Amino acid sequence: MTDLISPSSQLKGRKSAETRFQWYGRGAIFVSLLFLVVMVGSILTKGVGAFGTTNVAIEVDLGPDAIDPANPADARFEKIVKDALKTQFPEAKKRKDRRMIYGLLSNDMGFELERFVEANPEAIGGTATVWFRASDDFDAVAKGAVDRSLPEDERRMSDKEIAWIDQLTEQGAVERTFNWSFFTNGDSREPELAGILSALMGSALTLLVCFCISFPVAILAAIYLEEFAPKNRFSDLIEVNINNLAAVPSIVFGLLGLSMFLNTFGMPRSSPLVGGLVLSLMTLPTIIIAARASLRAVPPSIREAALGMGASPVQATFHHVAPLALPGILTGTIVGMAQALGETAPLLMIGMVAFIVDVPDSILEPATALPVQIFLWADAPERAFVEKTSAAIIVLLLFLVTMNIIAILLRRKFEKRF
Amino acid sequence: MATVDTNTPHDALDLVNSQRKKGVEFVVMAILILCSLVAVLVTVGIVLSLIFEAYRFFERIPMTEFLFGTQWSPQTALRADQVAAEGAFGAVPLITGTLLISFIAMCVATPLGLMSAIYLSEYASKRFRDFVKPALEILAGIPTVVYGFFAALTVAPLLRSGGESVGLNVSSESALAAGLIMGMMIIPLISSLSDDVINSVPQAMRDASLGLGATHSETIRKVVLPSAIPGVAGALLLAASRAIGETMIVVMAAGLAANLTANPLEAVTTITAQIVALLTGDQEFDSAKTLSAFALGLLLFVVTLCLNIIALRIVRKYQEQYD
Amino acid sequence: MSKTAIITAKDVDVFYGDKQALDKIALDIPEYKVTSLIGPSGCGKSTFLRCINRMNDLVPIARVEGDIRIAGQDIYAPEVDVVALRAQVGMVFQKPNPFPKSIYENVAYGPKIHGLAKGKTEMDELVQWALEKAGLWNEVKDRLDQPGTGLSGGQQQRLCIARTIAVKPKVVLMDEPCSALDPIATAIIEELIDELRQNFTIVIVTHSMQQAARVSQRTAFFHLGTLVETGPTKNIFTSPEDERTQNYITGRIG
Repeated sequence: MTDLISPSSQLKGRKSAETRFQWYGRGAIFVSLLFLVVMVGSILTKGVGAFGTTNVAIEVDLGPDAIDPANPADARFEKIVKDALKTQFPEAKKRKDRRMIYGLLSNDMGFELERFVEANPEAIGGTATVWFRASDDFDAVAKGAVDRSLPEDERRMSDKEIAWIDQLTEQGAVERTFNWSFFTNGDSREPELAGILSALMGSALTLLVCFCISFPVAILAAIYLEEFAPKNRFSDLIEVNINNLAAVPSIVFGLLGLSMFLNTFGMPRSSPLVGGLVLSLMTLPTIIIAARASLRAVPPSIREAALGMGASPVQATFHHVAPLALPGILTGTIVGMAQALGETAPLLMIGMVAFIVDVPDSILEPATALPVQIFLWADAPERAFVEKTSAAIIVLLLFLVTMNIIAILLRRKFEKRF
Repeated sequence: MATVDTNTPHDALDLVNSQRKKGVEFVVMAILILCSLVAVLVTVGIVLSLIFEAYRFFERIPMTEFLFGTQWSPQTALRADQVAAEGAFGAVPLITGTLLISFIAMCVATPLGLMSAIYLSEYASKRFRDFVKPALEILAGIPTVVYGFFAALTVAPLLRSGGESVGLNVSSESALAAGLIMGMMIIPLISSLSDDVINSVPQAMRDASLGLGATHSETIRKVVLPSAIPGVAGALLLAASRAIGETMIVVMAAGLAANLTANPLEAVTTITAQIVALLTGDQEFDSAKTLSAFALGLLLFVVTLCLNIIALRIVRKYQEQYD
Repeated sequence: MSKTAIITAKDVDVFYGDKQALDKIALDIPEYKVTSLIGPSGCGKSTFLRCINRMNDLVPIARVEGDIRIAGQDIYAPEVDVVALRAQVGMVFQKPNPFPKSIYENVAYGPKIHGLAKGKTEMDELVQWALEKAGLWNEVKDRLDQPGTGLSGGQQQRLCIARTIAVKPKVVLMDEPCSALDPIATAIIEELIDELRQNFTIVIVTHSMQQAARVSQRTAFFHLGTLVETGPTKNIFTSPEDERTQNYITGRIG
């Protein structure tokens, strides 16, 4: 009699093969997700420090020797700060030591004092305690990123500098605050001063151009292909074309932009206009494909209803079908824009890799974009830029997450309409 | 049967004139057609600009030297007797470098992506699926510059020190680091495409196999996968094309040393990395060095286009088979 | 009483690709009467209905041959604008398909695109007239700004009827208008159809013989793409001339 309960040895082997197979699947998913967690986690931990900044309180002499009360703007502010540092650390006599104490503060110390004096003119004539931004190396020590157990010659800060920093810390002259300037400054060669505002503006302008071009063109193209195009070889050609365009490497679009927009049409190099144009060509297929899918999802009864009452096909489409498909189209557009926001390679081709300190305020000015800024900072030699890069990545990812959440909510909200 | 009188006159109906504005509608249609032509124009623009600039390059450097030369050094002259300071433009090391990194990437991504897709579509509960699929989509949504940063600053040093500890000399810009990370990047592409393919295998085929007493995994391996193979092949081709065209990861992690090697621990460079290197910074637009970037771009475009066309055709045919 | 045919069809053939769906249909449809088209499913009754306002134009593989005239005009003549035709020949569909807009906008849409009302008050009057005609006014007059899709199935279908008659067509085509409705909603619509024939010529496709008997004055029986028999409704149901009609109404085919 056949035994249906106790498995034969052959069946046992097959059973364990089954189990193994399932574990391969779980393992594959686990590895992929683990990678995601490790990558995002490592960037988060690296970048979080850049959102804080270290400030140092230094007592400066603003007496008549230093600042002429009648003409405070002419004062040599940087020298005043340096003198204050010399007073603070009288033991630093040698040139090398002097340079080291100046290096505790950021290169901007002169401007910072000037701003302070402008804001507090009553301080002129006496002494004042002013908070200065610490240099990137100071910042690293203050947040404990420097391993003090290492031998002196293997770390960026010497024992002497660390001792000074400890001395300042004991005096309560060191504080850590939120690094607003990371969001309000442009790029800088000094990591402690570098911010992402110019890159953010560049990205915003580029995306604006990209949206203004790709959104209308993609919708209209999708409407034509889905609602009007006759089934013939011409429509087939367009269709195949769009699918292929979606898979063309992004750098090729950059080459197109360089050769066509810059060299042939003479558009301004490095400008958000050209960047947006190139990215719009890239996102066009994505939006068209999404828009067609959501047009297809509009029930044919709506079209019939409109046509049945004597609406022309154009009226039926623009009065009824397109408005119903709009949420879906918008979702696709946001996804496309998110793609464009993260895109780097084509922007390198059209010269949006410039070192941009000033915030661009038109689409014709040279600009850079957030991912390109990340690329530039990733290449910078200073250790502190690693932190800045990670912080910029965090900002970029936050934008992308926000855009995708909006897209998902939009989809959820309008999904069950029919 | 009552007869109907058809000859009595009626109030005339106007069936000819309507309120629609024919002129406006004509213009609207023209705009619609124009917009859908943009996609074609872009392709034409790409082809024309690449061919035009590449042609100028091939006027200086013969195409055979470009395609079969094994020396790539666009910056400096190799020999004293070489014309001007124009370097060597043999693209073979770039092609092999590109293939090496893409191969590593595919080796990583194919098993992981495919097994993920199989598990998600065949075994996973709905709740598990609803959690994992969006998570994998996140992986696809992360900009490549982030992958590049991670590869260059975390993975490459890790591989280097790991290699040192077992006595291997791993270059700090090794093909392995770039390939591994690129593989991670294309996992979601492979898994989502394969997922669609596996889902479109008719349930009846599974039922038939399960009904004969096959286990689930046997059914998947012997019935589902064989019938899904064309679709999976299409997905893998699309993924390969993506890997070949990927730029930022290799620019940041693979470096610019044009070595002709198959050793994944050494530094290699790729077509895309060279294009970026050749075209960033200020360039006079007439030098062979600058123009060579367009020749590389043309090569890249042709290769990826062929892969895409084949892949899309396979996928389309496959879908029609079960529709 | 002399009957005036407003629609005359002669030798109408319809092909979907290679398949012939209608074969040499000749049918006269009298004005201000309800004519029902009956027959087993797939017999071509809906196809014929859709020829009358050229909805078949939307099917790319469909080809219509023959001659259909409304008030003496060939509706397939090249100078005819389908849009103008459909303004004269309205249609109510099988499933209620109100636009996902407000009740008011649903009714006002047709008059708006055809320019039938000047100004807001005229439009308001027209909307009220159409909703009253469709027997819906009292139920919706306080919530005209609410979405039409929020109404019950029967109300939705009456909204669709109101929407259609707001354009003041000559002919109203109804494609199984009650098939998605419950018996009570069906009864209301049938009553409505009877009232509407004072102002409109109605052609209704129905799969229910009882409905054809209740609402229509003339009936045409279709079978396998041919028109088998046509005549006053009571004749068709009491003394059909053709054996196939006999079989159908007694339930032997269907």
